[in-house]
Amino acid sequence: MIRAVIVMNDQGKPRLVKFYDYQPVEKQQELIRTIYGVLCSRAENLSNFIQADSIFGPDARLVYKTYATLYFVFIFDSSENELAMLDLVQVFVEILDKCFSNVCELDIVFNFNKVHTILDEIILGGQVLETSSSEVVKAVEEISKLDRASNGSMLVPKSISGWTSR
Amino acid sequence: MEQLKTIGRELAMGSQGGFGQSKEFLDLVKSIGETNSKAEEDRIVLHEVESLKRRIAEPEIHKGKLKEYIILLVYIEMLGHDASFGYIHAVKMTHDENLLMKRTGYLAVTLFLNEDHDLIILIVNTIQKDLKSDNYLVVCAALNAVCKLINEETVPAVLPQVVELLRHPKEAVRKKAVMALHRFYQRSSSSVIHLVSNFRKMLCDNDPGVMGAALCPLFDLITIDVNSYKDLVISFVNILKQVAERRLPKSYDYHQMPAPFIQIKLLKILAVLGNGDKQASEHMYTVVGDTMRKCDSTSNVGNAVLYECICCVSSLHPNPKLLESAADAISKFLKISPEIAEKHQLAVIDCFEDPDDTLKRKTFELLYKMTKSSNVEVIVDRMIDYMISTNDNHYKTEIASRCVELAEQFAPSNQWFIQTMNKVFEHSGDLVNIKVAHNLMRLIAEGFGEDDGTADNQLRLSAVESYLALLESLNFHAHFFNFEFQVICWVLGEYGTAHGRYSASYISGKLCDVAEAHSSDDTVKAYAVTALLKIYSFEIAAGKKLEMLPECQSLIEELSLSDSTDLQQRAYELQAVVGLDAHAIEDIMPLDASCEDIELCKLVTIRLLDFLVMLDRSGILRDIYKFLFQINKSLPLLNSYVQQALGKGAQPYIPESERSGILNVSNFRSQDHNEASTHALKFEAYERPKPSLPSRTTPVALASSTELVPLPEISYPGEVHQAVSMPSLAGTMSSELKLQLDEVQRKWGRSAYSPEPSTSNSDSHRTVNGVTHNVAGSVNSTSREISYGSRRLEVEICPEKQKLAASLFGGASKLEKRQFSSSHKVLKTNSHAVDKSHGAEVAISSETASVQTTPLQPPPDLLDLGEPILNSSAAAVDPFKQLDGLLDLSQDTSSLDSGAAGASKGPDIMSLYTDMPTSGENDSVANALSNTIDDAYIISGFSNAANRIAHGGNIISQPKHLRTGSNPKDSLEKDALVRQMGVNPSSQNPNLFRDLLG
Repeated sequence: MIRAVIVMNDQGKPRLVKFYDYQPVEKQQELIRTIYGVLCSRAENLSNFIQADSIFGPDARLVYKTYATLYFVFIFDSSENELAMLDLVQVFVEILDKCFSNVCELDIVFNFNKVHTILDEIILGGQVLETSSSEVVKAVEEISKLDRASNGSMLVPKSISGWTSR
Repeated sequence: MEQLKTIGRELAMGSQGGFGQSKEFLDLVKSIGETNSKAEEDRIVLHEVESLKRRIAEPEIHKGKLKEYIILLVYIEMLGHDASFGYIHAVKMTHDENLLMKRTGYLAVTLFLNEDHDLIILIVNTIQKDLKSDNYLVVCAALNAVCKLINEETVPAVLPQVVELLRHPKEAVRKKAVMALHRFYQRSSSSVIHLVSNFRKMLCDNDPGVMGAALCPLFDLITIDVNSYKDLVISFVNILKQVAERRLPKSYDYHQMPAPFIQIKLLKILAVLGNGDKQASEHMYTVVGDTMRKCDSTSNVGNAVLYECICCVSSLHPNPKLLESAADAISKFLKISPEIAEKHQLAVIDCFEDPDDTLKRKTFELLYKMTKSSNVEVIVDRMIDYMISTNDNHYKTEIASRCVELAEQFAPSNQWFIQTMNKVFEHSGDLVNIKVAHNLMRLIAEGFGEDDGTADNQLRLSAVESYLALLESLNFHAHFFNFEFQVICWVLGEYGTAHGRYSASYISGKLCDVAEAHSSDDTVKAYAVTALLKIYSFEIAAGKKLEMLPECQSLIEELSLSDSTDLQQRAYELQAVVGLDAHAIEDIMPLDASCEDIELCKLVTIRLLDFLVMLDRSGILRDIYKFLFQINKSLPLLNSYVQQALGKGAQPYIPESERSGILNVSNFRSQDHNEASTHALKFEAYERPKPSLPSRTTPVALASSTELVPLPEISYPGEVHQAVSMPSLAGTMSSELKLQLDEVQRKWGRSAYSPEPSTSNSDSHRTVNGVTHNVAGSVNSTSREISYGSRRLEVEICPEKQKLAASLFGGASKLEKRQFSSSHKVLKTNSHAVDKSHGAEVAISSETASVQTTPLQPPPDLLDLGEPILNSSAAAVDPFKQLDGLLDLSQDTSSLDSGAAGASKGPDIMSLYTDMPTSGENDSVANALSNTIDDAYIISGFSNAANRIAHGGNIISQPKHLRTGSNPKDSLEKDALVRQMGVNPSSQNPNLFRDLLG
């Protein structure tokens, strides 16, 4: 399963942190710092895969990919295919790019709740839920459409509230 | 500027909508972004926390504001600060009717809380309610929370709803429900164990997303208990087949691969199911094989699937075909370095001890390709050991030739080389291709190409010593073979006395011993006599008094009465040379040997004249006369000899038409020679394929006329370096040569071409056509035979494999260098040729050079019998056109030269040579002489000289080969570089994500 997804910038500032098994806040910070330490000291000619046992305990692998100023880091165990994870990072970023039309670091900073929503459509409970980018984009758009509607009135639209009250 | 940019961003985000942010949030992010230190950031965050605590607790807070505060809290906690004071507000928010508020609440609680948190109990109720919601988005949000927040105790509370949601009309809900159920199973398998059959149902869901989601729990379940899911094998196989056949919606394609993530998951499941289960595996072979074949190894995800296929194949019940293709796939995307391969060398060596013969052979194949100068000794030793033990003659032959090849290429020392060759001869004997023996002789003649020649001399000396030592230990007679004696005789004859260490009588005594020991073998005896002849002529030339050992004398006498005309011939020759005075030999063999080619001609002529005197009435006289006639034109000094010979009673030239009677004799004779001579002297002729045609075509004919063969060999070792000017064919070109020669053969064939080139030698003195065909035919066969060795390497290793081998064992640079060196050779030989003052040689060299430099020219129009100009023209002219022109020209010139036209058709090639340097002053004498000379001998006689030249030509090529053959350091460096580049794929897509640059 996937144990964590972390997006951080090249300064080590976390932009998105999602652990699929619970970690206390302090532990999260420590892990992020450790990972940042590993990534920023990593030579350019090395692969995108790191055996992360020392950071996350037994059977932990880490795959990272750099986009502009951001590190996208997935931590997972041996039941996942590493190369597929690398491509899942790519899928994630492609979806971000579609949702934000030319995604940049600021998009992720300011809309981290939306990024969370997107991520929840791809990975749920540590399992890959959906890998088709267009499916995810479709789902996210539906959510934001309703959100926008409810945001405008600050109330659940009549029809929907009617369903919920039933 | 920075601010403007940010504002622009804000506006843009507003338009993206749905997740709008408050001013506070933007301000916070901005102020944190502008800090330079962690301390400053902490201060800002703490300040923000304090103000939030205050504001969030306000009664009558606007809902929209509250949402902003919650998001701020999430952000703050992400930065590592405690936000626990706000958890309760997040929980409260999940109760909100507003979808946006609810979603934000759920998001916050899933991030804030763990499943054992005290506040969970407050959420469960909300979740239960939301799972029943009509709004699927609410249900989804609740399911998200379920996955994160439900623990063992609370599972029963939501389980019924979740199971019900498995049949929800929305696929988004169904797949999240599957995931939630999976989560329950992970948390407390006991409480959901009765529901796992639901996952099987979900596998058949119409929506690929749901099916894909169902694979996750099934994979876990199957890993735990394989046997209860064997019935699903067919289903999984079918799904994989459909996926691979692109039956899923296009939206699941990723980088041109159909649903690669689903494929990977399926392959993982199949690997578990098929492990150790033959029956299940058999269902999978086809689909796994297909999937593997369809993988696009250029993209990362293609490799991911390929990798999973390979993992799957390795865990299935073994299927040879599938394993093979998996191994192929591995080799495709692995870059192996020699260092890694070397680690397994021991394992490889262990394979030698394996009783399985196939394994051994494969191992030899591997070692053969791994050989470097550093490990050649071990490997060749192993090979020889195996060669001794094996009974398979065919394989013995192959191993022997490989040993020789490796030894030639990587020999660390001369002694080792010669010893190795001796061993090979000893144990493989007659199985070895005769060319191996020739190669050895050539190598000794050429040396290792050191510029100063010292090393060569040492090589020769050590060869002489080792062979003498071998002859000393008499026992070897039993298991040594003819080739070996041929080589021994040749080496002793050529170099036995060259170093002054051994006296001529000592060497000649040894040679006599050899000849006596092999009284039944004409070939060995022929070699021995020839060697004796060389030694004596060296002696004479050196001005020493010749003391012929009594046993030599008796041997020669015995041989001159031999049944074999070949041996007779040789014996007579020997006697003739011995009878020659020192001055004559010194005159014709100057020690500086600056133009040995012409000297060779002189020598040949002089010795022929002596034959004339000696074998006055013999049938072969005509041939010799004719040959003399041809040579004479270029050698005015021979006039006196000719006259002298005539004076001594030699017959004048009789035109061919008038001497039908005599012809029979010579026919008979030459046929007789053939048998013996094919063995005896091929070694000169079968050197290497050489496109410089006149010089290379003629040598073959030599085999048919051994009478004249030994003579041109009388040259000092030092001369070899002079002879270097003749370029030789690089290995790569030999194959091309062969190809084109086939065409030549076709063109020349038809009318009088004798079907079997190898046997056609005996026909060489019939007619013009006959001769030409023979030459062509035998060149063909020769080049075929010779190019076999050098070509095998090139052909076997096709470009792709070369590349692989290069990266495997660092051999790429080696091959390149080899080619480079051959082109380098051309330059060198060209310049060398220019230096030469001798006209004929210049012509020959430039021809060969042009052959080398233009090997890829389109095949010439062979019907276009070229103009004489072609011969002297530059490199651009096609070599085979040149050949045509050459032969044609020679016909022209010869018919001009010899007034008696029809007679001298045969020796056309010869006449070309003689014409080249020429001055046609001797026409009259020559004409007179040519009356009695027959075609065949001219060709053969000349071929010796030409052969000698060609022989020398190889010298350059061989050492270059050796020197550049192994450059492990370079290739290793290169390999390291390649690996560095290859393993580090650049994964960024600057165009797509350029905005990430901010």
